[in-house]
Amino acid sequence: MHSSTSKRGVLPGFGITMGYSVLYISLVVLIPLSALLLNSTGLTWEKFWDVATDSRVLASYKVSFLTAAAAGLIDTVLGLLIAWVLVRYDFPGKNIFDAMIDLPFALPTAVAGVSLTAIYSANGWIGSLFEPLGIKIAFTPIGITLALMFIGIPFVVRTVQPVLQELDAEVEEAAATLGASRFRTFRSVVLPELLPPLLTGFALAFARGIGEYGSVVFISGNMPMKTEIAPLLIMSKLEQFDYAGATAVALILLFISFVLLLLINSLQRKVRKTAKE
Amino acid sequence: MKKVLKQGMVVSLVLAVSLVATACGDKSSATDAEGNGGKAKEITLLNVSYDPTRELYSEFNEVFAAHWEQKSGQKVKIRQSHGGSGKQGRAVIDGLDADVVTLALGYDIDAVQQAGLIHEGWQQKYDHNSSPYTSTIVFLVRKGNPKGIKDWDDLIKDGIEVITPNPQTSGGARWNYLAAWGYAMHQNNNDEVKAQEFVKELYENVPVLDSGARGATTTFVERGLGDVLLAWENEAWLSVEELGPDKFDIVYPSESIIAEPPVAVVDKNIDKKGTREVAEAYLEYLYSEEGQTIAAENYYRPTLDSVKSKFEGAFPEIKLFTIDEEFGGWAAVHEKHFRDGGIFTQIYAPK
Repeated sequence: MHSSTSKRGVLPGFGITMGYSVLYISLVVLIPLSALLLNSTGLTWEKFWDVATDSRVLASYKVSFLTAAAAGLIDTVLGLLIAWVLVRYDFPGKNIFDAMIDLPFALPTAVAGVSLTAIYSANGWIGSLFEPLGIKIAFTPIGITLALMFIGIPFVVRTVQPVLQELDAEVEEAAATLGASRFRTFRSVVLPELLPPLLTGFALAFARGIGEYGSVVFISGNMPMKTEIAPLLIMSKLEQFDYAGATAVALILLFISFVLLLLINSLQRKVRKTAKE
Repeated sequence: MKKVLKQGMVVSLVLAVSLVATACGDKSSATDAEGNGGKAKEITLLNVSYDPTRELYSEFNEVFAAHWEQKSGQKVKIRQSHGGSGKQGRAVIDGLDADVVTLALGYDIDAVQQAGLIHEGWQQKYDHNSSPYTSTIVFLVRKGNPKGIKDWDDLIKDGIEVITPNPQTSGGARWNYLAAWGYAMHQNNNDEVKAQEFVKELYENVPVLDSGARGATTTFVERGLGDVLLAWENEAWLSVEELGPDKFDIVYPSESIIAEPPVAVVDKNIDKKGTREVAEAYLEYLYSEEGQTIAAENYYRPTLDSVKSKFEGAFPEIKLFTIDEEFGGWAAVHEKHFRDGGIFTQIYAPK
């Protein structure tokens, strides 16, 4: 009797909660993903490889990954800045500003795409300012990056913000009394704490950017080999009722993203470890 | 611990099974209700169509409902579903319980047929390749036609920007592509190499390849991009009507393709639901005087002679070729042009 309670652990109910978790992960994630795998089994290995390494498909991976990475990086810097302002300063309308950060989550991506295109195209508000300088924004990779920045920014802000809030002001004050400059304090005291959430934010924004479809198709111009994103190629195969080909491209996309996210995660763990030491 | 874990798994398994069971239960009771629907006073039809037919069918449905009630005493309610043609076809394949499909391409209905939902030979079931109304591909240019665009040849000139969506993502855009191809074939004594060169040059003048027809229209109309929009005749007239005739002109090229948006009953669904009679009458009524008039008023070319003569002058006579005589049907077109590695993808192959 006694031994069974000691084996149970402090909190009861592990079994049933674990069961629930497994059930829901299966229903929501694993079953759809295995259906994806099943769909591509219509292809022979050779055909799969042909589809996945077609030059147009490769070019689209390049566009997708490069713009998502660029947008993720810019979002990381901008997101830190926004989170910093929101946590450290008080100003009128702060609540509204804070709530606005989440809007890109709520907005249907196609709406975002159409409005961004309207603004950044050659006769739009902002696009018309850049047009005389010979810089085209809409229908180029710059436009894609801007759209991905828009939908990725909340990820960074919302992961950095709570960590920044938890940060003890006393530690910074201690650094200051020890004679550290503001920059030194930031670099040696604040930044190490913020690196893990920044990396998480980057990874989330990056991952979202790779799979993004709705906001990008309008602003990208969809030119094959130049501004065509991988999700559009998947849609194009579906439009031709080529389920197997579509899932082949999707699987490769999923695989590369998974490897990249794994890398970012392990990097994050390393950073957290060194920060603790 | 292990034992507890196992218990949890069993609980979740039971939960899952009961979930599935209730879901199935719901479904069977739902079909029961629909089965009775055949005998009930009001029947419901679902017409799965593509984007630009929304206005056409909301008018037609009212007229048909009145006609059917008068004829059979039965009330019929028609639900509409619109979207990209290919997506709509896929939804029907995946189980959307459409009674009739009225899509932009025979290719999309072929796909539904191959999934076993429609009997073979559907395209011969009704007159004119089962296309009660047709359309064609025309040019929409800016008012006064500043670039002097008259025919397909003008589209490959330097400095002309052509707006057309990607034929691989947009069913409607395939008609644009095929119209250009057919023209080039006729100009070059059916020399395919020259035709391919022509189409390649044309697509090199396309600055933005939108994913769908509505997107292309937006690019041309709202963003002010491009000199000419390749569009369905009915879409072009609608744009002019909605955006003001002071902004755009329609140019008819010397020849073009007959775009045939076909219709078919979804045999498997109507047999299950017992709606065959009314579904077939619905499509047949599209060929009637009333149906044809509504189509013509929505800028689709009618196929019935009496209505044709009523709208004389509304649809300029140009030389038109069909997909069957020029290309040998959709299956051949897809194999040659739009599949991966086909001619359209070769246009963008890196040099």
